[in-house]
Amino acid sequence: MATEMVAEKTAAKPATIEKVSIIISKGSLEGIYPGLIMANGARAEGIEANLFFTFFGLDAIHKKRHENIKIATVGNPGLHVATWLGGFPGMSSVMTHYMQSKMEHLDIPSIPDFIEMIADTGAKLYGCKASIDLFGLTKEDLIPQVEDIITVGEFYGMAAGGEIIFT
Amino acid sequence: MAVETLGSVTLDGEGFFVHPDEWTEAMVPELARREGIDPLTEQHWKVIRFMRQEYLQKGTGPAVRALSKSADISIKDLYQLFSKGPAKVAARIAGIPKPRGCI
Repeated sequence: MATEMVAEKTAAKPATIEKVSIIISKGSLEGIYPGLIMANGARAEGIEANLFFTFFGLDAIHKKRHENIKIATVGNPGLHVATWLGGFPGMSSVMTHYMQSKMEHLDIPSIPDFIEMIADTGAKLYGCKASIDLFGLTKEDLIPQVEDIITVGEFYGMAAGGEIIFT
Repeated sequence: MAVETLGSVTLDGEGFFVHPDEWTEAMVPELARREGIDPLTEQHWKVIRFMRQEYLQKGTGPAVRALSKSADISIKDLYQLFSKGPAKVAARIAGIPKPRGCI
């Protein structure tokens, strides 16, 4: 007894992206910036954007930590600095300062300024509930621009219909 | 998206002027209407004229952050005026090419 399988054509994806939901899961400078550029760039293209900060990414929206985000200098092959050298005391600060001065030259805003700017564009910022609980934080620890602390399920709900970008 | 004409003007697939010198200020209200901007306020005009000026002086319009700093309008206000991307939409209305920038 043959079963007829009718292949249903799903609706064609639109030519432009309408919404992006970006996850930031890392706490290093180079781990945080790409997601911010994606969010800001999306808004500049008229694309709706949500930013979801999880794990060490929470540092980027943490009042007491967001100004102290550093470059990872140990075991970071992309940096082209030997691990034994990168482990020296102060290396991370030196590299971070160097990178920051280069960014200032190009008018790339600092992480706190950039996130404030991104919030001003209308993008929504969220903290991950699981990570918040894990680190024993509350909404009070986070910058005022954060819309809410949400679960992964709630994230999926708001990401529906758009693209998800994991960084 | 096919190249279309607005009167005798040629736009590219994204709606940007192929020949910026074909643009006149008289086209602005219609171009703005096509972007869903109605009414066109003095603030809109300020941004549009500024974008055009920057292009004529520097060969390219500014991206959003540069636009905000040099035109002295906050990011919040810019996005309220042009919700679908201030530099991109204002460039279309100002008859200049899309600014290239990541910030």
